[in-house]
Amino acid sequence: MTASDTKMTDNRPFAIRAYTPDELRGALKRMYLIRRFEEGAEDSYMRGLIHGTMHLSIGQEASAVATCMELTDDDKITSTHRGHGHCIAKGADVGRMFAEFFGKETGYCHGRGGSMHIADVKTGNLGANGIVGGGLPIAVGAALSAKRLGKSDVTVCFFGDGANNEGAFHESLNMASVWKLPVVFVCENNQYGMSTSIRRSTAVARISDRAAAYSMPGVTVDGNDFSAVAEAVHLANARARAGDGPSLVENLTYRWRGHSKSDRNRYRTKEEIEMWMGQDPITRFRTELIAHGITDEAGADAIEAAAVADMEAGIAFAKASPAPDVSEVTRYVYAEV
Amino acid sequence: MNAVPQDTALRTLSYAEAIREAMAIAMEADPAVILMGEDIGVYGGAFQVTLDLVDRFGPDRVMDTPISELGGAGVAVGAALTGLKPIFEFQFSDFAMLAMEQIVNQAAKLRYMLGGEASVPVVFRLPSGSGTGAAAQHSQSIEAWFGHVPGLKVLQPSTPADAKGMLLAALADPDPVMIFEHKLLYKMKGPVPAGHHLTPIGKAAVRREGSDLTIVAGSIMVHRALEAAGRLATEGISAEVVDLRSIRPIDHETILASVRKTGRLMVVYEGVKAFGVGAEISALVAESDAFDFLDAPILRLGAADAPVPYNPDLERASVPQVDSIESAARRLARREV
Ligand SMILES: Cc1ncc(C[n+]2csc(CCOP(=O)(O)OP(=O)(O)O)c2C)c(N)n1
Ligand SMILES: [Mg+2]
Repeated sequence: MTASDTKMTDNRPFAIRAYTPDELRGALKRMYLIRRFEEGAEDSYMRGLIHGTMHLSIGQEASAVATCMELTDDDKITSTHRGHGHCIAKGADVGRMFAEFFGKETGYCHGRGGSMHIADVKTGNLGANGIVGGGLPIAVGAALSAKRLGKSDVTVCFFGDGANNEGAFHESLNMASVWKLPVVFVCENNQYGMSTSIRRSTAVARISDRAAAYSMPGVTVDGNDFSAVAEAVHLANARARAGDGPSLVENLTYRWRGHSKSDRNRYRTKEEIEMWMGQDPITRFRTELIAHGITDEAGADAIEAAAVADMEAGIAFAKASPAPDVSEVTRYVYAEV
Repeated sequence: MNAVPQDTALRTLSYAEAIREAMAIAMEADPAVILMGEDIGVYGGAFQVTLDLVDRFGPDRVMDTPISELGGAGVAVGAALTGLKPIFEFQFSDFAMLAMEQIVNQAAKLRYMLGGEASVPVVFRLPSGSGTGAAAQHSQSIEAWFGHVPGLKVLQPSTPADAKGMLLAALADPDPVMIFEHKLLYKMKGPVPAGHHLTPIGKAAVRREGSDLTIVAGSIMVHRALEAAGRLATEGISAEVVDLRSIRPIDHETILASVRKTGRLMVVYEGVKAFGVGAEISALVAESDAFDFLDAPILRLGAADAPVPYNPDLERASVPQVDSIESAARRLARREV
């Protein structure tokens, strides 16, 4: 990363100022990789290669990639049931992700977890979660570790708008604030928890307003604007690393697909979905990079093609991988001694 | 089996339809009956059990709660304490763990703690069990946990008729009742009496008569046990299958009578084998006169000592299946255990 100090004369978007061209092109690649990965997963599901269910984050890629932009492998994230994007944004290999979805031994969770528990502990991803709100206190615990062990790591806690009505959300923000822990709460507000709109479930219009109740800064940004998300999280990370405690960042976004594989979509209008599809975070970021000379159409196409190639190689790896041995059903319940 | 009203014409309904019919009958008969849960309105419930009830009874009686299991269950308890009769749906039984406080410390104990002066006629519905590829946090069978709690009643319907009859019986009951519905049974069809059909709480049912061994099972395991018993019959082994139906209160008499007759007992359940329903039933027999009738050790068949895995082959291997029930029953009948 280049010097991220704001230059008064420089009116370019934060991300263009803050990151090198290589970093920016890498971010575009990750956004494309998330999109193509999830389309590949959807297709594999249709073909019966993946069972169970899955929650796609198509339309929310800027939130995942921009949030993780400045994180190292030592920084931690906790993820959600809609966690494929977080996993890729944090640096996971899509081959091992597909292998997990295909239930293979080479998968990140050795075929035991599947989509809803996808994790990559080595890159600091402590895991997706089947329990809404389950990751919130865990993130606070990870931040407590960093503080007690004298590390400068931050923990980013992803959660949805629906999760902000769980007790775990309120208890976690309070403790993080009281103990001034280096955690950044990132709410991916896609405006629905399954079928229930935020208006019907949540007493405040902006989830970031809840930060005030826990004496921490709270900000709502356009979650489909890569640069806006990156800047908000940059400030929150800096505050956390300086020992000043947690922040709440709300990324306003939208999921294009149904909640899961079994959604009849009776609660959103076609018009609303189309309006948001017109706000595609990838197209917006791509256009921005081209406008600022970071890449051109041909360069962006090549980035996209590279993402497709990674996706296809990932599926091939997963297909060729061995399944776990059925006799090992109780393996990994406890440490092997 | 039980007192039946006039309009008992049998129709073929699915398990889910039977539950929905019970809710509609109760709501029409009693304005105090309300439904609460996540996405039970326009979405129709995660398993489409409430389907169109919001269209028929309106959002004031079919209430979508925020994603707040502890609070939601507690609101149902408070409402039940003061005149309403809430039917609270946990989207998956696994999420009842977030509400253990209100279920176990409050609902179960209020009548007793208040010296019999209070009543909590709440019904909790809990979609349960494995077989959907939803992995460790969406596939559990935790009914036995609640068998340990005085003050609760814990039911497990295996047929559409019982799914309806148990729900109506639970609503008529002045105490908190938990009904564990099996996700894989929702589409199963069977004859269902029309009208206000009641299944008595605490009565097991002999689903197949036999003389060589007794298989006590609950929920979907009843069907697997019946299939296994059918196969064993072709080789001259006569298995009696007892549908437990109610975990608390448990029907001692039906179980003991069957064991006195067959002299061999096997208990099949989907929960983890250790400390489960099988332990209670085994002890019940061991402590009774039926012990003297045993010709072989008691056999328990439960889930592997592991969380439910994602990989479909591991998942199948982790819980009793027709094949494993059949071979275990054969060993028991031949006294090879
Ligand atoms: C404790 C708990 N309650 C309910 C669910 C079922 N469920 C899974 S995701 C979801 C909606 C979550 O909404 P939100 O937090 O906004 O995340 P999004 O799905 O929109 O990404 C629900 C109700 C769950 N997994 N865990
Ligand atoms: Mg949401």
